[in-house]
Amino acid sequence: MSAPRSFDDLFTSSAPWWKGEGPHADMVLSTRIRLARNLSEVPFTHRARDEQLQGVLSSVTGAAQGSELLAGGLLLKMQDCSAVERQVLVERHLVSHELGDGARPRGIYVAPDDRVSIMINEEDHLRLQSLTPGFQLAEAWALADRTDDDLDQSLEYAFSDEIGYLTACPTNAGTGLRASVLIHLPALVLLEEIQRVLKSIMQVGLNVRGLYGEHSEIMGNLFQISNQTTLGRGERDSIESLERVTRQIIETEERARDRMLRDARTQLEDKVWRAYGTLRFCRSIQAKEVINLCSAVRLGVAMGLSGLPPLRVVNELLVLTQPAHLQRQAGAEMSPAERNVYRAQVVRERLTAAADGPGTDPR
Amino acid sequence: MLCQICGKNPATVHFTEIHDNKMSEIHVCERCAEEKGMHTPAQQHKFEIADLLAGMVDAMTQTDEERVGHVQCPRCGLLYSSFKETGRLGCAECYTAFQFQLRPLLRRIHGDTRHRGKAPVRGTSENGTRQIQRLHDELQRAVEREEFERAASIRDDIRKLEAERHAAGPGGRP
Repeated sequence: MSAPRSFDDLFTSSAPWWKGEGPHADMVLSTRIRLARNLSEVPFTHRARDEQLQGVLSSVTGAAQGSELLAGGLLLKMQDCSAVERQVLVERHLVSHELGDGARPRGIYVAPDDRVSIMINEEDHLRLQSLTPGFQLAEAWALADRTDDDLDQSLEYAFSDEIGYLTACPTNAGTGLRASVLIHLPALVLLEEIQRVLKSIMQVGLNVRGLYGEHSEIMGNLFQISNQTTLGRGERDSIESLERVTRQIIETEERARDRMLRDARTQLEDKVWRAYGTLRFCRSIQAKEVINLCSAVRLGVAMGLSGLPPLRVVNELLVLTQPAHLQRQAGAEMSPAERNVYRAQVVRERLTAAADGPGTDPR
Repeated sequence: MLCQICGKNPATVHFTEIHDNKMSEIHVCERCAEEKGMHTPAQQHKFEIADLLAGMVDAMTQTDEERVGHVQCPRCGLLYSSFKETGRLGCAECYTAFQFQLRPLLRRIHGDTRHRGKAPVRGTSENGTRQIQRLHDELQRAVEREEFERAASIRDDIRKLEAERHAAGPGGRP
């Protein structure tokens, strides 16, 4: 897409990972690399004065505009965004909950290549992130690494030879790297093998979280798997180990799906089509239910059942049906009950548009 | 991985705790699990990662808490005791000011205290050396994995860097 020029541009365009492209896109929704960086001369965000943070916002934006990769991007200052707009950015995974509170000089810089963005004055001065569709760790790393090198040309990062990049929380010191994949594991959950798999993931030093990061709820059989430590291992080393483990998980899930298809094909298809039916004809629905039903539909798409919407639509539904997206779309604040009704309408319209032939939605 | 509480014994007990549908993970040794009553999930208290971090700092400094708590960062003025409460450092200089306290903490968190990743391109002349060292580490790993094509390309990078460094003379980059 062309570079977003305003919040509205960003809101109406689709995020790169929605396309449902990339290797293993039916199982791995997205791959993300995050790098934590701080400016050496300014206290960390929580200890800095507002005018210092304002300075960080200007320096980082200046550095981005002067960089070949980032020039022409969009800066959104949290203080200029409404609460709903900030929440929209959180729902899009562009901004963390911490940055989204909007109380201090904070912002997000979205590069013209919308796979790259920088959170400014989050826990660290910079949280640079690259987000690619499907399972593409090497590509996501290459993007983040290049962006980091580019910014480094004009910013003085806090760095020590011994400890590496210095971060507000010592858990991120060193590489400041968090590499993660968002993966859909319905068969392992249905066959109740997920606990064993999660346990072995953690035993090899990786971390598992829900859809919306730290402490977030596990919904829709979606899991975020990421590296845990940042000191003592190089970036490539950490990424390669996440890559190896993710490949094993993909194989384990594939085997589980094969077993389910062999032993319970009818039940599985029934589950998929009932989920689709509910989404297609519902009149009031909660966000969480959409996410859970989309999990079944996604599984159906991966099984190759014909007549289901493409992955792109399933991915879009995960985000567009979140509370802030709905309210921004409607242009009004809504009570949860009103949202449920409007959400059902949005879901029906999207699925009807995606279905073959003209709209069949009975109103 | 070492126990996240005592930092001494290997972590053999792994918890995935789900509280109000929020998930967190804890890796501890048998003894600490026993002491914290973590073997009986029914009685578990909310055990957040932040608390855990604070707990780790506590365990480390119990013996000379008074003295250590008053150590202050000369640049931003953060007291070590404040770091213990929040788990967040005040500025880059804090890493030097609290280095003796932080080193064991970093070891507990990461199992290591030495950076082995990339370094800023700008900055000190040491970076050339560091980059070469990092490439040597990568070369070693590539050879271990029998990725010989990759190893050859890394070796070429090292030669190029060494030639550049040689040409730049002592002091390296300005």
